[in-house]
Amino acid sequence: MGNMKRKLILLLLTIVANFSAVSIVYAQDGQPGYPTDDDVNRVAKKLYCPVCPNTPLDVCETKACQDWRAQIRDQLSQGWTDQQIIDYFVTQYGERVLAEPQRKGFTSLVWFLPLTAVLIGTGVVYEILKSWRKQKTATTAVSSPPKIPKELLEKIEREIRELD
Amino acid sequence: MIADIGLITLTIAFIFTVYATFASAYGGWRGQAAWVESARNASLLAFPFLTVSVIVIVYSLYVLDFSLAYVYDVSSQAMSPFLRVAALWGGQQGSVLFWAWLMAGFVAVVLLRKWERDREMMPYFIATAMLTTAFFVGVVLFITNPFMRLWHIEGVTEITQALFQPANSMPYFPEDGGGLNPLLRHFGMIGHPPTTYLGFTGFVIPFSFAIAALITGQSRGDEWIRTTRRWTLVAWIFLSIGLILGGRWAYDVLGWGGFWGWDPVENAMLMPWLTGTAFLHSVMMTEKRGMMKKWNMVLIILTYSLSLFGTFITRTGVISSVHAFAKSALGPAFFAFIGLTFIGSVTILYLRWDTLKSEHSLESFISRESAFVLQNMLFLAITFAVFWGTIFPLISELVTGAKITVGPPYFQRVTGPLFFVLVILMGIAPLFAWRKQAVRALGKAIWIPFLASLGIAGIWGYAHRMHPASILGLWMAGFVLSGILAEFWKGVQARRTTRNENPFTALFNLIGRNHRRYGGYIIHLSVVLIALGFIGDANFKLETQGTVSSGEFLTIGDYQLRFEQLRAYPGSDGREIIEAVTTLSQDGEAIRALNPRRDYFTVQEQPVTVPGVYSTPGKDVYVLLVGWEDSGQSATFKIYVNSLINWVWIGGLMMIVGTIIAAWCNPGQREATYVLKPGALTSHSLLQEG
Repeated sequence: MGNMKRKLILLLLTIVANFSAVSIVYAQDGQPGYPTDDDVNRVAKKLYCPVCPNTPLDVCETKACQDWRAQIRDQLSQGWTDQQIIDYFVTQYGERVLAEPQRKGFTSLVWFLPLTAVLIGTGVVYEILKSWRKQKTATTAVSSPPKIPKELLEKIEREIRELD
Repeated sequence: MIADIGLITLTIAFIFTVYATFASAYGGWRGQAAWVESARNASLLAFPFLTVSVIVIVYSLYVLDFSLAYVYDVSSQAMSPFLRVAALWGGQQGSVLFWAWLMAGFVAVVLLRKWERDREMMPYFIATAMLTTAFFVGVVLFITNPFMRLWHIEGVTEITQALFQPANSMPYFPEDGGGLNPLLRHFGMIGHPPTTYLGFTGFVIPFSFAIAALITGQSRGDEWIRTTRRWTLVAWIFLSIGLILGGRWAYDVLGWGGFWGWDPVENAMLMPWLTGTAFLHSVMMTEKRGMMKKWNMVLIILTYSLSLFGTFITRTGVISSVHAFAKSALGPAFFAFIGLTFIGSVTILYLRWDTLKSEHSLESFISRESAFVLQNMLFLAITFAVFWGTIFPLISELVTGAKITVGPPYFQRVTGPLFFVLVILMGIAPLFAWRKQAVRALGKAIWIPFLASLGIAGIWGYAHRMHPASILGLWMAGFVLSGILAEFWKGVQARRTTRNENPFTALFNLIGRNHRRYGGYIIHLSVVLIALGFIGDANFKLETQGTVSSGEFLTIGDYQLRFEQLRAYPGSDGREIIEAVTTLSQDGEAIRALNPRRDYFTVQEQPVTVPGVYSTPGKDVYVLLVGWEDSGQSATFKIYVNSLINWVWIGGLMMIVGTIIAAWCNPGQREATYVLKPGALTSHSLLQEG
């Protein structure tokens, strides 16, 4: 069982790693035409429109969002990195502009609790199955005699023989 | 006036539902059949009265009676007749009335059909179902009444809404109404909301029977489960259709190139679907083995509470979202009712916990029983993750005062691995035997699908080696797909050898002989197809944006989009259309013309982006017109290449077919004596098993 559990955890970790692996080739700073619309969208995608609820900045069509995208373009052309721009937006408009909740402070609870729930759930599944098994041994004990390990039986027999 | 008739019938329906709730509870408690009979009649009558109210609203929407505030809000001259009728559920007042009406309809059908069979549970079934119906009718009547009129009070500039004429006032008849939100003026409007509501309200049947079973102690047996199995399937498939149609609609009008955005309202719908799906599976354990009775109760209570919670989120806009078109003072009433339903049901469950003992015990850790427990836990874990992510912005605001966003990355990362394990489990669990599964036999059953899936993942993975993350997902889909197909293959082969049937007859008879099992397999297949859509979306999605002048190209993957010109013309429903004429080519060869558009709704001053889509089974090229410069000499486009997305819709259709098969009456049961022919016995009993 322990082995299986370890395998399961390993499997889960592999999947988590796969889901978080991002394979985007970043356009290099200094190339002709930089920053392109795609560069702007790459940053905007990670941000949420601060005025329209639940709309990613790269698809939001309001005037405000167009201005914000223009600002991202300016910042990119001035040589800001993606992270610098994102940090700038967070200080300007608060944590709510982040599409992906942070992993620090109170917000880390959003990540932490489901993980805890999964761990507790796994434990609960194990406990339920174990208790079902117990019921079984409790009910079958009446009809069939408990199994005694072979070694123990042999030992008892040996000792009986030695007594003789 | 005709609207008065609607108001009167609504009031009568409210009195009937309240009366039915108390009369049936009293009759059940005192054991007085007359009270229960009377409650049943009142429940049956509530439906036609509500129907009259619904017809009155639909009629008023159709003939544009703008003296009604609701009609003024959601209907307008420019709207087509079909949209005017669909406007019944286009705003808050109408949609809550529609909810109440559907629920009353469900209850009425149950009372007409099941009255004799489940007499003992009936009083409490009626009480539970009617309490909920009474709440919704009450909300329509007292909080969000669609029969409110517009009045012009002397000396007051604003127009007043009131049911009855205020002092010193004149009725006010506007020339034209505001009309539906442009995003709702879509063909999806006729499908998505009604199916969703049918799904939400349909769960009232299994829920009310569950409560009745607990109160009467029938929860010891599985009669309530057999009674409600088809009702649960009906509610579940409508919710599934609602989810898929909603995804399709979002894909067509929201203009972000995707079908699932983990928006709070989408999540609100997904949660009862998840627990409902777990419930559908979990009840099998009770039917076959007399186990997991507590799970069933917990799951149906959760499903129903989450359905109410979903309506709460959708209709009150408490967690602000793009879907929250309707905002109102409904919040407290709904919140109190959900609390009452949840706490009330949990209390009853607690008091009756002893009636839910398992009749059997577990014989082996590797068995179908264990798979069911694991499955339930996975469904609950996903539901919890979705729930937590959905309400966390609220919690954060309440606790720290800081607003935060929980966007798709959270949901993908947290639920992705859980869904992965769940889908794998879906592939192998049906192969597990009840009681005890010999590992060797299981290995024998899955080694061919396993090798096949490795082959599929290998070849496919090699072709897409630039997306290594996709290989695991493709392996999963390949494994489960081949596992299920192998089950069909085995069944067909058995029939071919024992009965000399040709493969098609064998397949037809195989499904015909065991609807539940093979209908279930078809649903499992459809889930894999839908999963393919999500895998494509997560791994193979391409996007680019750029501005091009007339005659120039934009390139994405091996596709090129050539911009020809921009043209403008007036469209229906009061919109002005700006359309780009473009040609899509693949590797330099022209495929077809695409016309992505911007529709401006002049009254609402709102643009709607209509994509130009080139659709194939493998991928969609989805083009959006983002903007234009130099009076249309150059235009900006956003192009998405959405791989495998069409398998979501194909899977959705297949899911409906599978559910219909699974819910169909099993002729095998009627022909039980007929099949006892020499030679036919073994194969038939083999196929019937499981």
